[in-house]
Amino acid sequence: MSPVVIGTGETIVFWVLAPIALAGALGMVLSRNAVHSALWLVNTMLALGVFYVVQEAPFLGAVQIIVYTGAIMILFLFVLMLVGRDSSDSVVETLRGQRIAAIVLGIGFAGLVGAGVAEATRDTPVTGLAAVQGGGSSGARGGAADGNVQAIAELLFTRYLLAFEVTSALLITAAVGAMVLAHTEREPGSRQSQKELSRARFLTTEHPQTLPGPGVYARANSIAAPGRLPDGTPAPASFSTGVQPQVVDELPPSRRRDGGPDAALGTIGGEP
Amino acid sequence: MSIANYLVLAAILFTIGAVGVLVRRNAIVVFMCVELMLNSVNLTLVTFARSTGTVDGQLIAFFVMVVAAAEVVVGLAIIMSVYRTRRSASVDDVNLLKY
Repeated sequence: MSPVVIGTGETIVFWVLAPIALAGALGMVLSRNAVHSALWLVNTMLALGVFYVVQEAPFLGAVQIIVYTGAIMILFLFVLMLVGRDSSDSVVETLRGQRIAAIVLGIGFAGLVGAGVAEATRDTPVTGLAAVQGGGSSGARGGAADGNVQAIAELLFTRYLLAFEVTSALLITAAVGAMVLAHTEREPGSRQSQKELSRARFLTTEHPQTLPGPGVYARANSIAAPGRLPDGTPAPASFSTGVQPQVVDELPPSRRRDGGPDAALGTIGGEP
Repeated sequence: MSIANYLVLAAILFTIGAVGVLVRRNAIVVFMCVELMLNSVNLTLVTFARSTGTVDGQLIAFFVMVVAAAEVVVGLAIIMSVYRTRRSASVDDVNLLKY
């Protein structure tokens, strides 16, 4: 079978998306905020998904985007929000010089492995998957299977059947394990009922009633407090029958002078 | 351009992930770096699958994704329970097993 020549289109896709993937990875490691790290990683994973599609693995590309960027990263973001977005990294080094050593080792490792791999695989012929799954650059159907998904399914349910079954056991174990780990046991009877909560609120605070809503021109919502006229005096029409009108606490004078609601309205004290 | 480009890109991504695991302190970010390493290995598998003309590499990448999903679920649950007891998601604060 003659080797496939990698076309111009794929080359362009590679050189556009490879810097994006690298920038995503670097941004993930370098950004202080963990949410930013997650978003950078989404960037990298999307680029990798496109790489899979380009390399004749459209099923894996779809799985990459759905499972990784869809499910796993959302899970990461959920846990980040639960743990607290502001729990950012400490800058303190617990081992002295560890950060520098890690970076130097990383650059060395990347250089050696990258150069070695590039040297070893530069002239490796690309057989292509057209013979196995059809399609590919030639656009021909009629390989052993009728497409990428069919080819994967054929192998998955014959040669890799045992691994597939073990995978289901693994997934169930993981789900049960996550539930066990995330579950919190509560002491029986420690949960307060609504009656107990209400009683506790009335016993501790001085004002058990709810405060007036925002934007309401009132200092109290008691029925004994009369309504106010625009100049601040009680409105006789709002006196309740059978209840003695009560004087409601005024705002402290400091607030009245600088920017209190009464000062803004110009109703109290005659000041403009 | 040959498949070496993909392989070198995967090697660089793997290294960035490994350095991130060593450098970062937030357990969740460390986890994300592990995910990046798994992803770069997947890219290598897919590239070699295409190079050798078999679908086996894609299948192994598929299994890697399944294992990664299970690992993320359990790992994040562990991080949650550690955070619940220690009020911290930093890997430096989990040092009771040190001595």
